[in-house]
Amino acid sequence: MSKEKFDYFVNGEKGKYEVVIGLEVHAQVLSNSKLFSGSSTKFGADPNKQVSLIDSAFPGMLPVINEECVKQAVRTGLGLNAKINNYSVFDRKNYFYADLPQGYQISQYKNPIVGEGKVLLDMPYGSKEIGIERLHLEQDAGKSIHDMDPASTYVDLNRSGIALMEIVSKPDLRSPDEVNAYIKKLRTIMRYLGTCDGNMQEGSLRADVNVSVRKVGDKNFGTRCEIKNVNSIKFMQMAIEYEANRQVELIEDGKEIDQETRLFDTKKNETRSMRSKEDAHDYRYFPDPDLLPLKLEQKLIDDLKKSLPELPDNKKDRFIQEYGLNSYEANVLVSEKEISDYYEEVAKLSDKKLAATWMMGDLFAMLNDKGLNIYNSPISAKDFAELVQSIKSGEISGRIAKEVFEIMVESGDNPKKIIESKGMKQQSDPKELEKMINEILSKNKDKVDQYKAGKEKLFGFFVGQVMKLSGGKANPQLTNEILKKLLKG
Amino acid sequence: MSNITSQSLSEILESIKSKQISSLELTQAYIKNIENAKKLNSFVTTTFDQALENAKKFDNKTNNEQLLSGIPLAVKDLFCTENVKTTAGSNILNNFIPSYESTVTKNLWNNGAFLLGKLNCDEFAMGSSNETSFFGNVINPVGDHLVPGGSSGGSSSALAADLTPATIGTDTGGSIRQPASFTGTVGLKPTYGLCSRWGIVAFASSLDQAGPMTKTVNDCSIMLEAMSGFDEKDSTSINKKKETYSKNLNDNIKGLKIGIPKEYRVDNMPKEIDDLWEKGKKILKDLGAHLIDISLPHTKYALPTYYIVAPAEASSNLARYDGVRYGYRSQKGKDLIEMYENTRSEGFGDEVKRRILIGTYVLSSGYYDAYYLKAQKVRQLIKKDFDDSFMKVDAILTPSTPNSAFKIGEKTNDPVSMYLNDIFTVPVNLAGLPALSLPAGLDKKGLPLGLQLIGKALDEQKILNIGYAFEKNCGYKNKIKKWWS
Repeated sequence: MSKEKFDYFVNGEKGKYEVVIGLEVHAQVLSNSKLFSGSSTKFGADPNKQVSLIDSAFPGMLPVINEECVKQAVRTGLGLNAKINNYSVFDRKNYFYADLPQGYQISQYKNPIVGEGKVLLDMPYGSKEIGIERLHLEQDAGKSIHDMDPASTYVDLNRSGIALMEIVSKPDLRSPDEVNAYIKKLRTIMRYLGTCDGNMQEGSLRADVNVSVRKVGDKNFGTRCEIKNVNSIKFMQMAIEYEANRQVELIEDGKEIDQETRLFDTKKNETRSMRSKEDAHDYRYFPDPDLLPLKLEQKLIDDLKKSLPELPDNKKDRFIQEYGLNSYEANVLVSEKEISDYYEEVAKLSDKKLAATWMMGDLFAMLNDKGLNIYNSPISAKDFAELVQSIKSGEISGRIAKEVFEIMVESGDNPKKIIESKGMKQQSDPKELEKMINEILSKNKDKVDQYKAGKEKLFGFFVGQVMKLSGGKANPQLTNEILKKLLKG
Repeated sequence: MSNITSQSLSEILESIKSKQISSLELTQAYIKNIENAKKLNSFVTTTFDQALENAKKFDNKTNNEQLLSGIPLAVKDLFCTENVKTTAGSNILNNFIPSYESTVTKNLWNNGAFLLGKLNCDEFAMGSSNETSFFGNVINPVGDHLVPGGSSGGSSSALAADLTPATIGTDTGGSIRQPASFTGTVGLKPTYGLCSRWGIVAFASSLDQAGPMTKTVNDCSIMLEAMSGFDEKDSTSINKKKETYSKNLNDNIKGLKIGIPKEYRVDNMPKEIDDLWEKGKKILKDLGAHLIDISLPHTKYALPTYYIVAPAEASSNLARYDGVRYGYRSQKGKDLIEMYENTRSEGFGDEVKRRILIGTYVLSSGYYDAYYLKAQKVRQLIKKDFDDSFMKVDAILTPSTPNSAFKIGEKTNDPVSMYLNDIFTVPVNLAGLPALSLPAGLDKKGLPLGLQLIGKALDEQKILNIGYAFEKNCGYKNKIKKWWS
C-alpha cells in the first residue's frame, strides 16, 4: 500500500500553520458502584434514585475507596502501556456548584495512579505514537438541569460520585483525523479491557480539547485554548477546525490569543469564551484527609497484568501472522473486540481470507444497513462460516452466495438448509454440464460458426446461455473449460 | 438513692447490676438534675421520653451483662443521632435531623446505653470556651461566671454537674482535655483512628478524634472500650483487635519511664501550673516511676501549624453547608451564588467564618507552599519529636492547660489568647497520639487544674494505668456546690 502524506495545515496569508492538539478524556469506569460509595451506577434511573448519604454529602459521611474502580484504572493504565504508580494520593478540588454536594471533587492532582504511557494510531501515512501524560481517578459531579423550568434549576445526583478516569494525552495530535483515530483507539482498548463502555451518547466518554497553532517549523507551542466537555468525535473535530482557524486569524491580525476556557456551541458550530485565565477557579487542591494515600502492592499490579486480555495491537499482529490478513483487514477486524471474536470463530471453521473478505463486505454492509452491531447480528458466526465454506468448496458460486446470504438474514435459516431446499447447489458434474452445453451449441449453430470464424466475443454469450439454462447454478470454472473444449472441436 | 447521680459510672453500673436501682430510677434522677440545671445551658436537645422508654425496656430484660447496661448518656451534639436533631452548635444545622447514627454512639447503644440528650458545644467544635455556640454559652458548674472550656463544654459541664454519668466529646486540638481540666474531670483523646469518625460532623478530618469524658479513670477505660473499634466506613480507622481496657486496668507503674519535656515550661506560665506539674512528678516518682528529662524541640511551632492545618481542612469540610440539601437556607438572594452567600453568612458564626477565611487563604494558589505545605512538613517534625522521645520513655507528663477556667467573655475579643489555651494539647493531635487529662489540683482561686499524660500510638492502656495509679494517690476532690438548682 502506498503511503499518503500527512496534510492537515491551516493556510493563512502569511504562512502555513500546524495545529497542536492535546486531549483530556473523561472515561466513566465500568463498575457496579460509585468511586467512594455503594450507590448503583446504572444509566437511565429516575433522577436522584441512586444517591447515598455520601454522594449527597450529609454531615459526617466519609468516602471509602471502591477497590474495583482502582483495579479498572490499573487495567486501563496497563492497556495504555503506562507506568502504574504504587503510591498515589486523592486530593480535594474545591469549588461551589449546586451539582457538587461536597463543595469539592475528590480527584488526583500531584500523584495520579497511572503515569506516562503511549497509544499507537494507524494513520494512512503510517503508524503514529501518541504519548499519554497520566491517568487519574476522580468523582463525577451531578447534573444541573436548566431547561425543565423557567425559574429553577433542577439537580440530579445520580451521576454524583461515579468513578471517572481522566486520561491526559501529550500535545502529540496534529489533526481532526488523528483525534478521531485516537479517541477510537482509546475506546477500543478500554472496551477490550472492559474498563469503560465508551458510550458517548450516555456520556461515558467525553473530552476537554486543548488546541493551539504555530507556524510550520516553529519549535515552541502557541498559546492554547481549552474547549470544555465535548461529547462526540464529530463535535471535537468541528471544534478543532473552528478553533484553529480562529487562532490563525487572530495571529495574522497581529492579535494575542488569550489562554482561556471555551465552550463549543453545537448549534452555531463555533467556540465561545467561557472564562479567561484571570477568572480561572482557584481550586485549592490539597490531599483529602478522609482518605489514606493509595498504596498498590506490586503483586496486585502483576496479577492484573497477567489477567489482561489480548489487546488490539497484539491481536492485529497475530491476525496478520496466523490468518494471512493484510494490515488493513487486520485493523478493521480488531477494531472491536466483538468483531474480532466473531471473525476468529468464523475463521476457525472456514477459509480465513475469504471469511475476512465476506465479513468486511456483505456482513458489515448488512449490519450497517440495519443499524445493528456484530453482537446482535442476525447471522451466527457458525452459519456465516458455513456460507463461506460453501463458496470455498465450490458448492455455490459467489453470486448464489449473495442470494443465500439475503435469505439467511430474512429467515435466520442455516445456509445448508437454504441451499438444499431451494436447489441452489452449483452444478459441477462435467457430464451434466457437457450435456447442457451441447444442447445450447446445437440450438445456436449460426453463432458457433461466427465464433469459429473469429468472433471470439461470443464466448460470453454462450456462458450466459449456460447460466440461464442452469438457473445460475453452473460451476463457472468448469463451464468455461468445457465450453472451450467443445467449441474447439 | 438520692445521691446516685454523684457516683462514678462504675459504681452506678454495680448498682444496676445488683438491682439496687433500676435503669428507670436512674434515668429519672438524671432528668430531675437536668431540669434543675437549665441555667448551665449544657443541653441543646433532651430526649427524655425516648430515654424513659429505653430504661423501662432495659428493666424488663434479664440480660445486664453488657459494658454499659441500662446507662443513660448525654453526648456532644457533634455526633449524628438517628431521628434526633444534630446541630454541631450551629445555626446552619439548627433544623437538621439525621437519618443515621454515628458509629461511636451506635457502639455505646450496642453496649447497653441509651441517649439522654445532646450537649452544647462550640460551633463546629471551633472554640475553647463554648462561647461560639449558636445556642449560647455554657456555664462551668465550678463557678457561674466561668467557661466550661471547649469545644466539648456542654459535655464537661453536664458531667461535672451530675447531669450524665459519663459522656463523649471530640478532640481536634484539645476539645476533650481542656474542658476536662477546667471542670476537674477525666478526659481522653484516643489515638487517631481508634474511634470511628463516621457520623461525626467533621471539623478537621486529620485531627478529629472522639473520646470519653468521665469522673474517674476506670470509667474512662469502660467508655473507651465501649466506643472504640475498627469501622470499615472510615478509611482512617485502625484495624486492630478490640482491647478490654477496664479489665486490664493496673495501678502498678513501678519502673515506668516518664518523660518531662522542657519545652512545656512556657513563658509567663503561672507558678501554680508549675507547682502542679511538680506535684504530679512527685506522685509518679513516689509510685516507682522514673522521671526522664526529654526535649520536644518543635513544640513551639505546634500552635501555628495547627492553626493552618485545622482551618484548611475545615474550610473544605464546611463547604457542604450550602443550604441546598439540608440545614438552614436563607430566603434572600436573587440567584444561586447569592443564596449560597446569604445562607453561609447567616448560618455560620464569627469564629467559624474566621477559620474558613484562614483555611481558604492558606490553601490558595501562591500561598499553599508557604503555609499548608510547610505546616505539613512541620507536623512531620513534631511527630518525629514524639517518636524519638518514645524510644526512651513510656509516657510523657505535662500540664493540660496553661491556666484554669477563665471568665465568660474574657477572651472572646482576643482570638489569639483564646488559641493559646490549647498550647499543651495541640501537639498531641498533630502527632495522632493518645493523651489523658487528669484532675490534679486546684489553683489559689480553688479552680480545678489538670495534668496530661501522653502515650505512644495505641498505648491507651498504659496511660490509663498511670492515670489510675495517679488518681489513687493524688487525693483530688471536686468542690462543686450545686449553686444552680
